[in-house]
Amino acid sequence: MNFAIFLLALFDGIAYAALVFIVALGLTLIFGVMRILNVAHGSLYAIGAYTSISLTGYALSLGFAPVLAFPLMIVSAVLVGILIGAPLEKFLLRRIYDKSEVLQLLMTFAVFMILEDVQRLVWGTRPYFDSSALQLLGNVTVFGVTYTAYQMILLPLVAIALLLGMRFFLRHTVTGKLITATTEDREAAQSIGVDADKVFLFTFVIGAILAGLGGALASPTTSILPGMGADMIVLSFAVVATAGLGQIEGAALTALMIGLGRSFAVYLYPEISVLVPYLIMVLVLLVRPEGLFGTSGARKI
Amino acid sequence: MKHLFVKRAVAATLAAALPMTALAADKPESLKIGMTAFLTGPASVFGVPARDATEIMVENINAEGGINGVPVEVSFIDEGAGAESLTSEYRRMVESGGAEVMLAAISSGNCQTLAPLAEDLQVPNLMWDCGTQRIFEENDYKYVFRTQANATPEMLASVIYLLKTKPDFNTIAVVNQDYAWGRDSWDIFSTALKAMKPDVEVVAEFFPKFGSPDFSTEISRLQAMRPDVILSTSWGGDLDTFVQQASQRGLLNNSTFVLPLAESSLERLGSALTDGHIVGARGDHYFLHPERRDDADFQAFMKQYEEKTGEVSVYPVFHASQAIAALQAAYDKAIEDNGVEWPSKEQLLAALEGLEFQGLGRPVTLREDNQGIEAQLMGTSVQTGDYPFATLENIMIFDGAELTTPVGEISTEWVGSLDAGFIDSVTVDTYEN
Repeated sequence: MNFAIFLLALFDGIAYAALVFIVALGLTLIFGVMRILNVAHGSLYAIGAYTSISLTGYALSLGFAPVLAFPLMIVSAVLVGILIGAPLEKFLLRRIYDKSEVLQLLMTFAVFMILEDVQRLVWGTRPYFDSSALQLLGNVTVFGVTYTAYQMILLPLVAIALLLGMRFFLRHTVTGKLITATTEDREAAQSIGVDADKVFLFTFVIGAILAGLGGALASPTTSILPGMGADMIVLSFAVVATAGLGQIEGAALTALMIGLGRSFAVYLYPEISVLVPYLIMVLVLLVRPEGLFGTSGARKI
Repeated sequence: MKHLFVKRAVAATLAAALPMTALAADKPESLKIGMTAFLTGPASVFGVPARDATEIMVENINAEGGINGVPVEVSFIDEGAGAESLTSEYRRMVESGGAEVMLAAISSGNCQTLAPLAEDLQVPNLMWDCGTQRIFEENDYKYVFRTQANATPEMLASVIYLLKTKPDFNTIAVVNQDYAWGRDSWDIFSTALKAMKPDVEVVAEFFPKFGSPDFSTEISRLQAMRPDVILSTSWGGDLDTFVQQASQRGLLNNSTFVLPLAESSLERLGSALTDGHIVGARGDHYFLHPERRDDADFQAFMKQYEEKTGEVSVYPVFHASQAIAALQAAYDKAIEDNGVEWPSKEQLLAALEGLEFQGLGRPVTLREDNQGIEAQLMGTSVQTGDYPFATLENIMIFDGAELTTPVGEISTEWVGSLDAGFIDSVTVDTYEN
C-alpha cells in the first residue's frame, strides 16, 4: 500500500466516521444522562433523513435555491427533536426510568418498530434520493480521485464542531452544568433545586435532534428507504459500547477507529469490511468490558 | 333380481360419476389465486409495482367476463414478513383459502422453500419473478412452472451485449450485494466472460453488505484503479445509492457500468445515470419495448398503470403480466382441449406443459423442464431530454432459447463450456431506441 492509497483510505474513513459520530453522540448523551439505551434513536435518524428530503424537495419544487437545503436540514433535525423526541420522553420514557433495563430496552425497541411502520405509512417503501445540497458544494480531486466536498470537508467539520460544542456546553454553560450535576447524582441535584425532569427532557430532545441531524446530513449521500434506521442504530451502538456508554470524546475516537478500520479493510481485504466495526468492538470489550473510556459506576459524561 | 338391478344401477352411477371427477371440475364462483410479493422491506420496490399491476390485470380480465365466465380473485402474501410466516400463509391460502393456483415468489430463497411445499400441497405454482437457475436444474417438479427466464440467460445477455458493444476492454471490477443473488450472478457472469473472452482481467471484487448506505470507499478505490468496466447486479436502494454516489464523484465518466437490473431504477436515478452505460431488464421488459410499444394492448396497460401509480412500468410488472397471461392461457387451453366448463387440476397441469403465452413482452414458452423461455432485452443508457431520466438506445433483444441452459445441464458448467464463437451465433434483433 503506497502513501496515496493510504491517504485515500484515510479520507474515506474520516467522512464515514463523521456521520456515525453525529448519530452516536446523541445516543451516548442520552445514555450518559438518563441511563437508557434508546433503540428508537435509529428511527429518529431515519425520520430526520425523510423529513429533510421532503422539505428540500418541496422547497425546490416551489422554485427556491438549492442552498436552502442546508438550513432545512437543521429545521428537520429540530422538528424531529421537538415533535417526536419531546413527547417520547415526556409521555413514555419518564414512566420507566426506575424500571429494569430489560423493560426499558423492550420499550424503546417497541417505539422503534412503531416508528418504522409510521415511516412506511408516510413515505411508502420507495427509495428517495436528492443530492442537491451535496452537488452545490462541488468536488475535490486528490491523487486523481474525486471526492465530494460535502463528504470530505463539510461532514468532518460539522462533527468536530459538534464535539467541541458539546464539550463546551457541558462544561462551561449553566444548563450544561445542570445536566452534568443531574448525571452525577440525581437526588443530590434535586435537593439543591435542580428540576431533574426538565433536565431529562432537555437532554433527550438534544439527543433526538442529533439523531435527526445525522439523518438530515446523510440524506444527500444515500438512498432514503425503510430499514436505514436499523442499520444506523446497530452501528452507532457498536461505537457507543466500544467507547464506553456515555463517553462523548470516546465516541468520537471510536467512530474514527471504526470508520478507518472499515475503509482500510475495503482497500486491503474487502471481504471483512462489514465485520470490522464488530471485530473492533469485540476486541475492545474483551480487554476492557466497560469500554475504552468507560468507568464503572462513576460519572458518565 | 332386484338385488342385481341395484348393483348394476350403483355401478352405472359410479361409472358415470368417476370419470366426470377426473375429467372436469365444477365451475367455481370465482377463481381464487394467491400471489406472494414483497410488500414491505427493500424488495418492495419490486413487489408493490407487481401487486399494482396484478390488480389492474385482474380487473381487466374480470371486466371482460373473467375466465370462461369465472371472475378471478387474487390475494397477496407479503414476502417481507419472513420465510416462516410466508410458508404458513401459503399453506393456509391453499388448504383453507381455496386458492387454485399460486404465484410465488420474488425471492429466490422463497422459491426454493415454496417449490417443495407446492408439490406437497399439490397446488400448481407459477414462479413469476425469482431468478435462481437452480430450481429446475437440481430438482424435478410436477406442480411448479416458471413463467420467466432465470439468472443464466439474464447474465449471458449482459455478457454478450457487453462483448458486442465494447469488445476491446481489458479490465473489469464487480460491486455486488453480499447475498445469494449478488454472489450467484457474479459466478455466472464471470464464468461466461472468462469463457468468451479469456484475456479479461478481474481487478477487484466488492461485495458490500446488503442495504449498504455508503459506497464511498469502494468508489475511491475504483477511481484509483480505473477499470474499463464495472459490473453491478445490485437493485433497489443499493443500486440507486451506488450509481448516485458514483455519478456524483465522476466515476461514470471513467468506466463503463454494466447494470443488469437498472431498468427497474431508471426513473428513480433521474439524471444521475449518464449516457453510455449498459442496462438490463431481466427479460424483454421496458416501458418503451421497441416491438410492443405501438400495440394497443401494451399502450392501454401502460396508461392504466401510470395513472394508478404515477410511475412507469418496471420489470416486475412485466413478470406479473406473464404469470397472469400464463394463468389465463392455461385455463383457456385446458377448457378447450378437454371440452369442459372448468378444468380439473390434472387438466390444468397438462395445459401448462409446453404452454405458450404472451404478457407485455414477447411470447414466452414453458420448456419440458417447466422453465420459461423468455427473450432478453439489453440497451445503453441515454439522456434524450424526452423524459427526466435515462432511456435506452442501441437496444438488442436476444432469443431466449439460445441463452437458456439446455435441459438437464448445470448452468455454471454449460456457461463455462461456451467460447467466443457463441457471441455471434446468438439470434439478436437490434433497435436504435
